Parts: sequence; C-alpha cells; structure tokens
Amino acid sequence: MKIKLEDVSKTFQTFRAVRGVSLEIESGEMVALLGPSGSGKTTILRMIAGLEYPDGGHILFGDTDATRIPVRERGVGFVFQNYALFPHMTVAENIGFGMKVSKTKRSKAEIASRVNELLGLMRLDGLGNRFPSQISGGQRQRVALARALAVDPTVLLLDEPFGALDANVRRDLRRWLREIHEELGITSLFVTHDQEEALDLADRVVILNEGNIVQQGTPEEVSRAPNSRFVTTFLGDTNRIPASVHDGSAVVGEIRLPAPNATNGAAEILARPRDLDWQSQGPGIAARVLRVIDRPDGRRLVVSTDAEAHLELDVAPEVVASVGATGFVTIRRGQVFNI
Amino acid sequence: MARRQPGQPRRVGDSPAFKWSLIVFVVVTSLIVIVSPLVVIATEALGRGLPAYFAAIAEPDMVSAVTLTVVVALIAVPINTLFGIAAAWAVTKFDFPGRRLLIIVIDIPFSVSPIVAGVSYLFVYGLQGLFGPTLQSADIKILFALPGIVMASMFVTAPFVARELIPLMQAQGRDLEEAATSLGASGFRTFMSVTLPNVRWAMLYGIILCNARVMGEFGAVSVVSGNIRGETNTLPLHVELLYHDYQTAASFAAASILAFLAVLTLIAKVWLERQGAGRAGRPSLSGPPVPAPVMEKA
Repeated sequence: MKIKLEDVSKTFQTFRAVRGVSLEIESGEMVALLGPSGSGKTTILRMIAGLEYPDGGHILFGDTDATRIPVRERGVGFVFQNYALFPHMTVAENIGFGMKVSKTKRSKAEIASRVNELLGLMRLDGLGNRFPSQISGGQRQRVALARALAVDPTVLLLDEPFGALDANVRRDLRRWLREIHEELGITSLFVTHDQEEALDLADRVVILNEGNIVQQGTPEEVSRAPNSRFVTTFLGDTNRIPASVHDGSAVVGEIRLPAPNATNGAAEILARPRDLDWQSQGPGIAARVLRVIDRPDGRRLVVSTDAEAHLELDVAPEVVASVGATGFVTIRRGQVFNI
Repeated sequence: MARRQPGQPRRVGDSPAFKWSLIVFVVVTSLIVIVSPLVVIATEALGRGLPAYFAAIAEPDMVSAVTLTVVVALIAVPINTLFGIAAAWAVTKFDFPGRRLLIIVIDIPFSVSPIVAGVSYLFVYGLQGLFGPTLQSADIKILFALPGIVMASMFVTAPFVARELIPLMQAQGRDLEEAATSLGASGFRTFMSVTLPNVRWAMLYGIILCNARVMGEFGAVSVVSGNIRGETNTLPLHVELLYHDYQTAASFAAASILAFLAVLTLIAKVWLERQGAGRAGRPSLSGPPVPAPVMEKA
C-alpha cells in the first residue's frame, strides 16, 4: 500500500518534534528514516502507525485519509524497539494474539496453522512453547516481527529494529530482514540512527534533522551527493578542511579540487578518511603523525597540520608511518560547501 | 584459585565472630519481640482447656465481632482493590497535571496515624459535624454503624493495592498496551489479557496486605464504631473490651482468631512471593527477565 504524508507536524508541549514533513512511500518499498536522536523520526513512525495523532497535515494510506483512523483499525504491523512481547504468553501465543483478538473470526486450527507457518518463515521452529524470557535477543526480534506480520498488515513499521542486539546478530538479522521483505513484498518503513544499517537495508533513505527532512534518495544518491554539511557529517567520519573557492575550484595550499556548485569565497572541504592520502613528499598539506591505529583492513592515521587541525586518514596497511613522522596529506576527493 | 589461608575470611566482612554475633542478636530479638507474644496468646487462650476456649469463641458477642470483621473486609477490600487498580492505571499510563501530587495523596494514609482519620470522620459525619445534620434528617447512619467502620478501614488501607501496582506498571511502561492495540485488541481486551495478567501477582499481594490490615485495624475503627457490643464491635475492638472486662481467657481466645487470620495471610503471602519470584507455570514481570542460555539458531 502506498503511503503519503502531507505537511505533517507534531508538537509535544513546547517541543516541535516534527515540522511539516511531506513524504511518499511507494507500495512494496523499504524506506529508512535516518536521523540523530530528537530528529523526529520515531514520532513520524508512530504517527503513521496511529500511536500518535499529528497536530497538522494528513496521512494517506492509498487514497484513504488515515489521519484520524485509530491504531486498532489502521491495519499496520508495528515492531517496537524493545519488542514489547507479552511476557506471560508463549512465543506461539504472542504470534497468534492478533488473530485471536481480530474482528475476523478464525478457528483455533486456522490460527495454529498460521502460527506454525510464521514460526517456520522466521526460523523459530520448536520455540513455540517457550516464553519470551527463555529465548535470545535475536529470536525475540523475530517473534516480534512474526507477531506483527500475523495480521497481514498493509504496512510494516519497525522502530530501531536492531537497536538492542549485538553487532554480529545485527548484521545477520539485517540481511535476513531484507530477504523476508523481498519475499513478502510488504511496504516497510524503519527508523534508525545507524547510517550503516539504513544504507545496507533500505531502497530509499530519508534523512531527518530537527523535525525536517534534509535529504532523501537511494543509498547511492545520499552517499555520493550529500546536499549539505549535516548530511555529509552524519553519514560517516568526516574531515573538515578550510579552503577558499575561486572560479569553480576549491584551493588549499597547492591542492585544487573541482567545486562547480560553490560560489567564490570561504568554503570547507568535507572529506572521508579514505579520501585522504599520506605522502612523504609534497605537494600537500604538511602534517605530523599523532597516532597510528591498526585495523584488520588497513591503518588509520591521526595527524596534526601546521594549523593545529586534526585530520584522520585511512591508508593501506603497507603505508609506513610512525608517531612523530612528518609528511603531506593529499585530497583525492571531497565535497565543497561554502561557509 | 589461590588457597585460602587459615583464619582468613572468605570475603571482606565475613569474619565468623561478627557473623555469629549478628545472627544470635537477630534471633534473640525476634524471640523476645515477635515469637513470645504469640506463644503467650496460645497458652493464655487455651489456659482453661479446650472446652472453655470453644465456649469463648461461640459466645454471641464474639461471633458478632468475627462476622462484622469479615463483612467489613468483604466490602472494603474489593473497593480498595478497584481503587488501587484505577489509581495505578491513572498515574502510570496517563500524563496529566498533578500526577505526582496524586501519588503523594494516595500515600497519605501510610503516614497519618489511623486515629487522626477516625477523629476527622467524626468531624465530618458526626452529629455536630459538617454533614451531620443533613445525614440525620435523611435518617442515614454513618458513624457508630457499619458504613463508618467500612469507610475508616478503607481510608487506612487505600494505598495498599495501588502501592504494589504503581512501581510495577511504571516499569512496564505503555509498550505492551500499545502493542496489543496495534494488533487489533480493544481497550477491555487489552486490559484483561495483557495488563492484568502482568500485574496479577503484585495485585494479589496488595490485596492480601490490604485484607490483613482491614481485619486488624484498631485506631481509626475504635473512634467511629462506638464500641457497641454485639453490634459495632470488630474483632480487635472486642479483644480490648474483653481484656478491660478482666475476661483474660476470652480476650486471648479472640486474639488467637486474629493471630490465626494473620498466619493464614502470611502463608498466602509467602506462596504468592514464590509465584512471583520463581516461575512455576507462567512468568511474571515482577522480577527482571531471566535470560535463559539458549543458543542462537540463525
């Protein structure tokens, strides 16, 4: 089902959580709402679910105005951040709850067979009689998902779906959720503060800050062409290098970078650690190595320039550098923004 | 693991001398303060033999006192349970101005001496009191009658159920109810199949404490009941009355009934604590969830 938000806003007491957000989610699409805490992403998700009502604007499900439809009748599947599994019910009872309380009457056998089907789909076979306190975090997450899917929702909403899991389980579940999404084709919207998660999982990423959408697009679009300093810095580690723009190029010392969209004057080059190189000979920005951090896939150098600015570079493991060594930083690519 | 040197305590603060003197102190104090009165009640009540004991219990004024006490409990406990659920629900699931104040107000009976409650009821409902003349002209008797006793008992025990439920429901938050509603459950269904099962042990615990206190309440009830023998005398009042009449054996017989009720309450309480902490059939939320060592099957 296609979902459309038209100029939706929400204020809690004096805090303007969401400030006129318009957004369209195509049928079958998987969209990430990405932003720092307090950016309004969870509030938007809860308004789509009907757990909060907007102060202004409209929420459309297909062609129906769902703005005032209560959560109970909205037909959404909501996966809560801490799963909110019913602790006094078994895994099977949790999954069957929605079908049991539904207005559409189903027989016990019908519910049981659907529960079994979902247990299989979620790879939870044999755990139906356990209580939520007796299974692992990753399993709880899948029970929560099964419970939400059991009522055949028109849209699946997930609030920080992997927030409470450790890194390895998180990555496995992420890929698996993507598979489930492709298998079922259900319109899905999830909230996260983790840019890696958003880029890994979503067809489209919506980046929010202070209650506004700052950019939306495919992972490729937002990664390659971030439209603001906020988006660039939020999406990953960023070096900020002061520069000046002259006739379409940014200049730092002897380095020139193309900057077709920047106007003449003071500017800043934003560059990822991987976009910087370390050379023992000039030309480049003269710097001294402060720290060397070795990692499985390379090494990170923390260097200090003559202007006392700290830069971080990701270089190949073969690059020779030791604390105190001097050399030159060159910029392979970067985004230029006027200050 | 390093071998322990002789004389070296197992852990910090684990010296045997301290351990045993502490245990002996607590046991002796409990014997003097708690156990010996109970023994006295039993021996004094049975001092003139079993037949005398049963005769004392079967005495009409005694039967009336027991009946009144049970009737008061049967009215006050359910009302206070409903009140407790409503109060806990209101202050934990909704935000409204004065929420914190309401929590404090609910707690007042814990900190106010019951006799103060009794006296204030006299001022409100007594003949010279605020509503006294109105009530008299309408021929409604509150003081020195069952309604007054019930109301005084309710005042004293109002916080019990609410106090047990509030911390638990606060810890649970609104997620479970929101989840149930988003799955299509009605408000009533959500309450019956999600909210209530998760607080039922705490609620029963509160009910038992509430019941014990209603049956044992003396101060507030003694002011408003008027001590009419065979009519408005509850069991605790009857104990005192008999004692002042120098009917020691009968007095202790009445006390033994109260003590028996207390022991029953205690057994129920221990049983409930086991239900809550250990998880025989279904887990409750009163303790932290037990992470079972289950391997991830992904």
